Amino acid sequence: MADVLLAGVGGQGNVLSARVLAQAALSMGYDVKTSEVHGMAQRGGSVVCMVRWGEKVHSPLIEVAKADFLLAFELLEGLRFLRFLGGEGTAIVNDYRLDPLPVLRGDAVYPEGAMEVIRSYAAGTVELDARELAAQAGDPRAAGSCILGALSVFLDFPAGVWEESIRLSVPPRAVEVNLGAFEAGRKAGPHPA
Amino acid sequence: MKRALLSGNEAIALGAWCAGVRVGAAYPGTPSTEILEELAARPDVYCEWAPNEKVALEVGIGSCLGGARSLVAMKHVGLNVAADPWMTLPYIGVNAGLVLVVADDPGMHSSQNEQDSRYYARMSKVPMLEPADSQECLDMVRAALELSERYDTPVLLRVETRISHSRTVVEYREERVGADLPYEKDAVKRVMIPGHARLRHPVVIARLEELEREAESPSMSVVEMRSSRVGIVTSGVCYQYAREAFPEASILKLGCVYPLPRKAIREFASHFRRVYVVEELEPFLEEGIKALGIDVVGKARIPRDGELDPTLVGESLAELIEMDTGVKHGGWSPPAPHAAIPAESELPGRPPVMCPGCPHRGLFYALNRNKAVVSSDIGCYTLSVLPPLAGIDCQVCMGASVGMALGMERAFATSEANAEKAGRVVCVLGDSTFIHGGITGLIDMVYNRTVSTIIILDNRTTAMTGFQDHPGTGRTLMGEDTHALDLVELCRAVGVESVRVVDPWELEEMEAVIREEMEAPRTSVIVSRRSCVLRERRAGVFYRVDEEECTGCKRCLRLGCPALVMRGERAEVQQDLCVGCSMCAQVCRPGALREVRADG
Repeated sequence: MADVLLAGVGGQGNVLSARVLAQAALSMGYDVKTSEVHGMAQRGGSVVCMVRWGEKVHSPLIEVAKADFLLAFELLEGLRFLRFLGGEGTAIVNDYRLDPLPVLRGDAVYPEGAMEVIRSYAAGTVELDARELAAQAGDPRAAGSCILGALSVFLDFPAGVWEESIRLSVPPRAVEVNLGAFEAGRKAGPHPA
Repeated sequence: MKRALLSGNEAIALGAWCAGVRVGAAYPGTPSTEILEELAARPDVYCEWAPNEKVALEVGIGSCLGGARSLVAMKHVGLNVAADPWMTLPYIGVNAGLVLVVADDPGMHSSQNEQDSRYYARMSKVPMLEPADSQECLDMVRAALELSERYDTPVLLRVETRISHSRTVVEYREERVGADLPYEKDAVKRVMIPGHARLRHPVVIARLEELEREAESPSMSVVEMRSSRVGIVTSGVCYQYAREAFPEASILKLGCVYPLPRKAIREFASHFRRVYVVEELEPFLEEGIKALGIDVVGKARIPRDGELDPTLVGESLAELIEMDTGVKHGGWSPPAPHAAIPAESELPGRPPVMCPGCPHRGLFYALNRNKAVVSSDIGCYTLSVLPPLAGIDCQVCMGASVGMALGMERAFATSEANAEKAGRVVCVLGDSTFIHGGITGLIDMVYNRTVSTIIILDNRTTAMTGFQDHPGTGRTLMGEDTHALDLVELCRAVGVESVRVVDPWELEEMEAVIREEMEAPRTSVIVSRRSCVLRERRAGVFYRVDEEECTGCKRCLRLGCPALVMRGERAEVQQDLCVGCSMCAQVCRPGALREVRADG
């Protein structure tokens, strides 16, 4: 049983990553539910997806302070949805800052030290530069697979399950790059004690 | 048996296909859009994007009369557009089954209101089914079509955003049943002159009583007896929330929310001193249950606006349930917020924005320069209401912008208080929206000799809902090439003298054309034409700021482009976001923005 919340910015691909993760959980034989965001919010807005699995899942929504994992595709969005992470939960954070329009215009200030705040709440926070790692694997847009790779060391899904799930979920031409990004992410993060 | 993770929308499409649906029609609208896209991807089913929801339903009426099982899909506000045919359809009935899927959007993720479509079921005396997950989406489409044929009535299937866009496990057989009914003329039943309609209305009323018996069936009204003290009545996704919030409670889950299964409700309620209703939006079930003389609590505790979730359901009812029954809340109660976590209000918001290079940006910049009063419509361009463009005065629903501009212009023209606004009213709407509901407003403008300027933001697609084709794009939902409606010729044909096409990336020209047309004493149309930048990018070109030349005046920031940032006293272009539209370079007075070609 696990609740995973994926927070990012419209266009970063966290909807696709949520599908890869959910497909993997399905292959493991679990009951799975996800919640996605479509439509207007995808135009560069704050986008959150939720994936839950277990023997039996009712609500597609994760409750506040109950998520086992927070996958933050961007620092501010990680901070925004940190309250959903349970006290024992793990944050996996892409060390990437994308200024929202109010910050670009000088009407608001991007919070400094977002990573430190996340770390002070969630012990064992995993930090990685997913865009850079994905770029090395061939395409920075595969950053989501990199983040899933970092998550994978905390889950008991066999490698073949992840691979199959990526193959089923991403466009055929992007499969190899995403598999590479996944491996890079898997190696990047610290392994759980 | 296959096992897959499907969204509610995918499951509806699959269920419809398996149930032999041969005709599907819709107009795109979040959260319903993917239903028709998924159905169209399957063989042997005709699917179309109709110009609007009313036409989509009319296509469905025709096809079900013609003997083909049919599905029509729309978002909640789309049913308002389709309400006229919808209200008479129950009188004439169907031949093959017809299901109308209506997707409500509590919380308004992507909508202008959060109306509760269940009242349409009551108003039109049509049964409404409501699934609680994707498996039920699949099963209920088929049940709805069978019910439709058995009782000669259209059937509503109501979903909500969290059903449409949640993926849950579905088990199914990919088998299709045949459905092909003979057509026979029956004018007394299908031609609603008053004399015929008077005969049909009593039939509709009598049918409701029979449908109530269907609603009572165990496949529709599911009773889960657990606690002998706490009983909850619910339906749809709210069932899932209630289940998590009160794991020990007994639950009556209604699969048919209209007509209500009164017998099943009475029987369930008889076990408890009082029952609790968990439902989103209006007290629809609650009112129905109250009318049976049952002690029921719902909206006195649970919010009537916005979305629910398990925590909110728990917090709303826990205290009352404990007081009533002594049963303590068994669900999740979140701890007090941790001191390290900043409150949402302390963080900068991240509203959705128009994309870098979005052609709408140039148009609204030019409108602002002309101090226009802007009557807007529904689409990505509505995002220009936010600063810095802040370029919209009013907006209501699809196509409304044109008639509203006409009315506003008439008010200003006869006003002393607002005399200086006369002649400054401009209406903006998208290409798909213009075809959906704007063209009749334009005919009104010309007919009644209105001085106004209509701007059609022609980005060659229905962008907001995810790039659906429409009658102006030259392609159908089935992927076939077709005639592309010529918007310029159409406007001329209804009598607009001046129709001009301008590229919104050309700011000076756009500004000048708007000025000329606002000054001209006539109805005029400007087609602001450039493909959505997400479909057609300018390859290999971007801009950078020459730091020596930039004076830090922030003029370029007035465009509200996400690729432009201030770094200290100088502007900077984020190159991976820039698409090379050049609009920033056009507004920069010192000429600090330089074009760079990626190939050197």
